[in-house]
Amino acid sequence: MASIWEWANPRKFMAWTDKALPVIAVAAAVLFVAGLVWGFFFVPDDYRQGATVKIFYIHVPSAMIAINAWLMMLVASLIWLVRRHHVSVLAAKAAAPIGLVMTLIALASGAIWGKPMWGTYWEWDPRLTSFLILFLFYAGYLALWEAIEDPDTAADLTSVLCLVGSVFAVLSRYAVNFWNQGLHQGASLSLDKQENVADVFWYPALVSLAGFVLLFIALVLLRTRTEVRARRLHAIEMRERVQG
Amino acid sequence: MMPDLGKYASDVLAAYGITFVLLGGLIILSLRKSAKIKKRLKSAEERRKSNG
Amino acid sequence: MIRLLLRDLTLALRAGGGFGLGLGFFLILVTLVPFGVGPNSERLAAIAPGILWVGALLACLLSLDRIFALDYEDGSLDLLATAPVPLEGLVAMKALAHWITTGLPLVIAAPFLGVLLHLDTDAYRWLIITLLIGTPALSIIGAFGAAITVGLKRGGLLMSLLVLPLYIPTLIFGAEVVRRGARGFEVTTPLLMQAGITAGAIAMLPFAAAAAIRIALR
Repeated sequence: MASIWEWANPRKFMAWTDKALPVIAVAAAVLFVAGLVWGFFFVPDDYRQGATVKIFYIHVPSAMIAINAWLMMLVASLIWLVRRHHVSVLAAKAAAPIGLVMTLIALASGAIWGKPMWGTYWEWDPRLTSFLILFLFYAGYLALWEAIEDPDTAADLTSVLCLVGSVFAVLSRYAVNFWNQGLHQGASLSLDKQENVADVFWYPALVSLAGFVLLFIALVLLRTRTEVRARRLHAIEMRERVQG
Repeated sequence: MMPDLGKYASDVLAAYGITFVLLGGLIILSLRKSAKIKKRLKSAEERRKSNG
Repeated sequence: MIRLLLRDLTLALRAGGGFGLGLGFFLILVTLVPFGVGPNSERLAAIAPGILWVGALLACLLSLDRIFALDYEDGSLDLLATAPVPLEGLVAMKALAHWITTGLPLVIAAPFLGVLLHLDTDAYRWLIITLLIGTPALSIIGAFGAAITVGLKRGGLLMSLLVLPLYIPTLIFGAEVVRRGARGFEVTTPLLMQAGITAGAIAMLPFAAAAAIRIALR
């Protein structure tokens, strides 16, 4: 009986991702394009929000990915700290820039939506503020990776930072909620409250969400493969330097 | 072909535009780094083999 | 442990600047703000709680990299790490020393600087109480940040980037209590939240910081 941890053996990881990545990438591209084309061209205008409702097909999925990428990094960091699987921590490193970009997209699309709807690009609304804080956390995490030369030390320290950062990110979320009651609408697109949204808006949202998720997975795999190779390259170069 | 976006056309287009620029940039950077590392690793592996 | 605390305090005193640096920064910041926003006393009173809290936070940040950097450079951190004292205790003592040399002077100075900013009379006791509760959290979080960047070149700037987001909850609740206190509102909830954050940080972060130091010294 093969343990699931075998999937994290670097050689096995490279082997199965080599086969899986093209499939996932194609599926991601198809769903991503389909979701956005559906959302952009075929969704009717909302009676209150007009055409701006179309912004949600990028805003909501990118926001969900932005949060879940950090969760994934947290899990991967924990696995690294407990079981010392190199691929795990490299996946966390690979996911961070994607999370950063997704946070940026969520912030930018939110700001653009906010201008006609709330009359301002930026409002210190709890969710917006939380995303700004999340952005800072991603930036700090990436900066720490860049600053440390030894790869294993970097992996350990960034994992510790990710753990502590997660606790404080949750704290900040509640603190910010307390600090300013917001004007964001409730969880209109969350999975458990789907009755809130009419089907015309709901199905393309699901498709584009699936597209974003697959895109995230494809990018993580691609970047993790790069990191695994980079680590191996680093090892070879170090050995060459030692030998002369 | 183009749907009528009404008075919010510029906002919607800007949001989609920013998304494509950012995601496109991320994808291109990831691919380029992947190719670069792949090439360097390949040459390093060959050096290692030829040196024994 | 007590010896360690005393050692750090003596070192800070002898080197000078330990007390003065953060305090001087705090003073200058508070002096500069009215030049920036104008001398209107109502406007100053409105932003005073926030300015005082942000100022205290930045002043705290200023002296953080001293916590471990000096000991790391001259090698005494290696000795301390192998000493029969738990590293967690060392971190806690270091943070305590930082609080006594930086946090406590800030708490004492804040009311006087509050006068400059026309802080409301009712808010003074809340300012002192929240700073008293909040600054230990700033010190221990800072000690974690200093531990995770110990031994890095140009670690100071990176540390600010890592530590500032972690300061957000403390800042929010601290400034909120003072703001509410100034208007005579109920303050129990944010005060308890802030105390909870401080207690939690003191309970957990020494372990994280000690782990980071072990990794860095490996």
